[in-house]
This record gives sequence, C-alpha cells and structure tokens, in this order.
Amino acid sequence: MIEIKDLHKSYKMGSNELHVLKGINFNVAEGELVAIMGSSGSGKSTLLNILGMLDEADAGSYTLDGIPIKNLNEKIAARYRNKFLGFIFQSFNLIGYKSALDNVAMPLYYQGVKRAERTEKAMHYLEKVGLANWSDHLPNELSGGQKQRVAIARALASEPKVLLADEPTGALDTKTSYEVMDLIQGINDEGKTILIVTHERDIANMTKRIVNLKDGIIIDDSKVEQVKASANV
Amino acid sequence: MFNRDRWSEIIEALTSNWFRTILTAFGVLWGIFILIVLLAAGKGLENGVKKDFDGIATNTMFMWTQIASKPYKGLPKGRRFNYRVNDVEALKQNVPELKFVSPRNQLGGFGGSNNVVRGLKTGAYNVYGDYPEIIEQQPMDITMGRFVNYGDIDEKRKVAVIGEGVQREMFEINENPIGDYIKINGVNFMIIGTYKKKSNNGDAEEAQKEIYVPFTSFSQAFNRGDKVGWMAITAKDGYSITELKTEVFDIIKERHTIHPEDNRAIGNFDLYAQYQKIERLFTALRIVGYVIGILVLISGVIGISNIMLIVVKERTKEIGIRRAIGATPWSIRGQILLESVFLTIISGMVGIILGSGLIYLINYILDSSGPVDMFANPSINLGVVMIALSILIISGLLAGLLPAQNAIRIKPVDALRTE
Repeated sequence: MIEIKDLHKSYKMGSNELHVLKGINFNVAEGELVAIMGSSGSGKSTLLNILGMLDEADAGSYTLDGIPIKNLNEKIAARYRNKFLGFIFQSFNLIGYKSALDNVAMPLYYQGVKRAERTEKAMHYLEKVGLANWSDHLPNELSGGQKQRVAIARALASEPKVLLADEPTGALDTKTSYEVMDLIQGINDEGKTILIVTHERDIANMTKRIVNLKDGIIIDDSKVEQVKASANV
Repeated sequence: MFNRDRWSEIIEALTSNWFRTILTAFGVLWGIFILIVLLAAGKGLENGVKKDFDGIATNTMFMWTQIASKPYKGLPKGRRFNYRVNDVEALKQNVPELKFVSPRNQLGGFGGSNNVVRGLKTGAYNVYGDYPEIIEQQPMDITMGRFVNYGDIDEKRKVAVIGEGVQREMFEINENPIGDYIKINGVNFMIIGTYKKKSNNGDAEEAQKEIYVPFTSFSQAFNRGDKVGWMAITAKDGYSITELKTEVFDIIKERHTIHPEDNRAIGNFDLYAQYQKIERLFTALRIVGYVIGILVLISGVIGISNIMLIVVKERTKEIGIRRAIGATPWSIRGQILLESVFLTIISGMVGIILGSGLIYLINYILDSSGPVDMFANPSINLGVVMIALSILIISGLLAGLLPAQNAIRIKPVDALRTE
C-alpha cells in the first residue's frame, strides 16, 4: 500500500540546516496497523506529514497504492488527500461552528457528494463510532473522547485507503485512549490500513507492528503481538 | 460554485460573529448610502433648475441687429441696419439644419408707455408680431381659444392672443374675452385666445402680460414694412445652434453688406450655450457625487478587507483542517472571496435601500409641502443603481483578494501543528 524509498527531508532554520529524515525505507501492506514511535525530534511527525502529502520530501520516492506521489501541485495534493487519506489529529481539529454530522460530512462535501447522500453517509459513520445521538451537537458540547471519535468518523467518511493518526490519544486520559484504540483496532480488523504516530508504549503495543525512529532513521521495525484495547478497558 | 452548501458555509461563517459582521457591513452601507443620496440630491437640484427650461427649445438663439462697427465696401461704420423678411427665407434655404426661423417684431418693452386700450381701461404690455412656430420655441399653455396660425399670417388678420395677466387687467373676472376687441396703438385686434406661461422665474408675472399677434398683420398695422426686429432660431435635433451660429451670421452679414469680421453688428443670446453651461455644471456635480461616494465606499471596502484578513487569521486552523481533508486552494480562495463579495453586496443593498428610502421621504415631504425653489424630485435611476452594484461586486472582490491569497498561503502543516 505504502512504499517509501530513501526519503530525505531537511528544514532550514535560519542559517543552519536541520536534517530531519535521513533516508527512510519502509513499506506498509494493505490491512496493516503500524505504530511509528520515537522521541520528540526523531522525525516521526515529519514522516507522517510527508505520508499525508501535507509536506514534500526533498529526495526519495513515495508510492501510495501504486501511484507515485511527487511534484504535486496543491490542487492534486488536495484531491489525493481527499481520496486516499484520512487524518486523525491529536487535537481533533474539528471545525467549531459545525455540528458533529457536518464535520463528518465535510470530506464528502469536497468530494462533491450530494447533500442527501452526504448526510446519510456521515450518519452511517457516526453510528459506527457510536455517536449517532450526538450528530447535531457542536464539538464543544462533546467530551475529548467523543471529539476524537467524530474525527475518526470524519477520517473514515471519504473511504480512504489509509488512515493517518498523529498522536490520536495524546490529549486523552488512559481510559478514553483505550476506547479510541479499541475503535481503531476495530476499523483495522475490517481491513483498513492505519498508521499511528505515538510515543506511548502501551498505545504502540496495541498495533501489529512498531517502527522505531531515532534521529531521522529507522532503528527498529518489528511485528508485535497485538494487545487488544478492549482487554484493558 | 453557487450551490446551497456553499451558501450555508458563507452564512455560517458570517453569522458566527454577528456584531463584527454588522460593524463591518456598516462601512460599505454608509459609502453606498452617501453615493446614492449625493447623486439624488444633485439630480434634484438639476431637476429644479431645469424646470425653468421646461418645454423651451433649448437649442435656440435669439438675434437682433446692432450698429455696424466697421466700414465695409464704402459704407461707413456706425451704420444701423434692419433684418428683412426675405432674410428669413434666405436662412431657411441656406442653412438646412435649422428647424425654426421665427422673425419677430415688438412693441412696448420694459418701462414702455400705455399702448393697449379697451374701453376705459389702458395698459402697457409687450406686443409681439410672431409666426405660429414661436409656440414651439417658447411654450405656453393656451387656456382659451387658439394660438396664431398660418391662416392669420396669410390673410393678415388682426387677431391677438393675450396673456392671463392682460385678461385680468383688461376684462372683468367673468367676462369672456374671446371675440372681443382691444386697441393696440390705436388699431383694433380681435382676441382669439388666452395663454398662460409656465415659469417660476422672477419674471413670471411679466410673462403673463404679453400679447401675440400675427407677424404680417403687425407689420402692416404698425408700418414696419418688411423689417424684422429680431429672430428666434432653433436648430434641428442633433445639431447645435452654437455651431450653426457663425454660418447664420455670415449669411446675414453678406446680405446686409456688413464687414465679415464685424462681430458687433449682430447681437445674439445663445440659449443653447447657457444651457450647456448648466449641463456642464451638473455633470461636474455628478462627478463630485461619484468621487465622494466612491471614496467613502473605498474606506468601507478597506474595512471589509481588514476584517477578512482578521477572519482568515482566526480561521488559519480551520483552513488547515479543510485543506487536510481535501479542500483545493481554489475552494478556499472562492470561499473567502464569496464571503467578502456577499458581505459587500448585502451591506450595499441595505445602503441602497436606505438611500432610496430617504429619497422617497424627501420626495414625500416635497410633494406635501409644495415646490421648493431650485429643487425638485430628487431621484436615482436604475442605471446608477446598477453602476453602484457593479462597483460593489468589484470592490467586494478586491476586498477579498488579499485575504483569500493569505488564506491559501497558509500551509496545512503549519496550520495543524499542535502547539
């Protein structure tokens, strides 16, 4: 599903250059649930941004579902993001003045889906994350865990090939974190490819594979025995 | 681009901060309000002043003879001369662009002695010998009977049309003047009509105290022969009398052996040139109205631009989210532009409505309290409203351009970076 070869990325910070990714090679097959771990500054967020086409690599190749991702202009990048990727953020990033349902429907809006169909689909995904009764609530009327679940529904709404989650449990307490992870595991069990950036060991253990990043290179990449989140709730 | 979703997005964005939206809108509202009211006030002034010209053929000049100031072909300077009836024919034939050439002779005038007698009543009035066309050049309402016609001219009938002022002074209130006689300089004329002139100038009273008789009978009755006192000359539509003037003068000079460069021999009053001056004044007034209105509008538009910049700044994160989930740069740009245009147009519309309301109110007050000098029926036409609207759309786009550009310059990564 994802093939990355020799990925390099550096940022210019004033006069000195910060080499963040120093040759990343890794592949993700369809249906995998991968955790990308590393201390802060290890480059894991940068890697996720490149995977999410929010940022572009300086060198190396990135192929998503057989499509080479390079030299994208903003318009095409936006279309690819919409079609291939679903984002889940640490701070949820819901739009504050829109109801849960409208937030979930937004990727579909940008896909040009008709209103009625959009509402129906969005409702379906809200049901899936267990928030059908909260569809007309604004984000600030929801708890953290509920917000994240709305965000997950939004990420799923466009039926992407890959879900990218950037510290999805970073702003949640342990219990809620596990609930969210349970949801993510469930989605993965249905066959969705998911990448999670995290620095929490227990969250990483709930995935099927852990990629460890340090100073811009992968130091460890191993399959792990998945811990079911539901067992911890 | 203009689907229901887009609109609900715009409405949502604008109504999320009502107070700010209204304050912002007020800038544009005020600008367009001032533009409309200024233009309408200018129009009102114009209408008021032009009412004095109402119906008068403005493309007209009046010309009379003066004293030749240059010797020519052996003739001395200081010589008097008179127009002749055949000058009129010559002008009509040689200058086809002329619509009317009306010769006129006159008795009386300012401070003249009593010249009209009826029974025991006497009065001093202006008496004009005229052709029927004069009614086209200096309009008057015939209140009774008829005006002079060509039958009167051809048969040299001694008939007269008198003003209401004359009627009032020479007749009793319920006396019918038609068919009765008055004596002008000892010659009896039968009254065939009465007139009333519309005029709100200072000479309104004087204008009703005139007597019109056929040119030919005037000449015969008062021994003018074929002399013509002065002429009222109107050019055809599409020609300006000011431009035809020299041609007319040249023909007259030629026929009366006046030096071609003698500019003082012929006196004239060019109504058209006067009228043009007034026209220019109002054009200038209109331009001033536009300039002031648009300048005020610009400050309103800058206000909108400013607020949109702030809005974009505030919504940096939202824009980042939208882009992360698939909004193209154009859909973001379009959103900001539409918000700006929408806000501008709505506030502009309200400004137009309020301006029109004020104009309506002024008209209502003017109507109910009677006419005011130099001001009548302030109005704006649809064209002005259309111009105002297109100014609004363009300025709304301009106001949104910079903020929209700012909005798409935000990289999704930066917008989403958690602090």
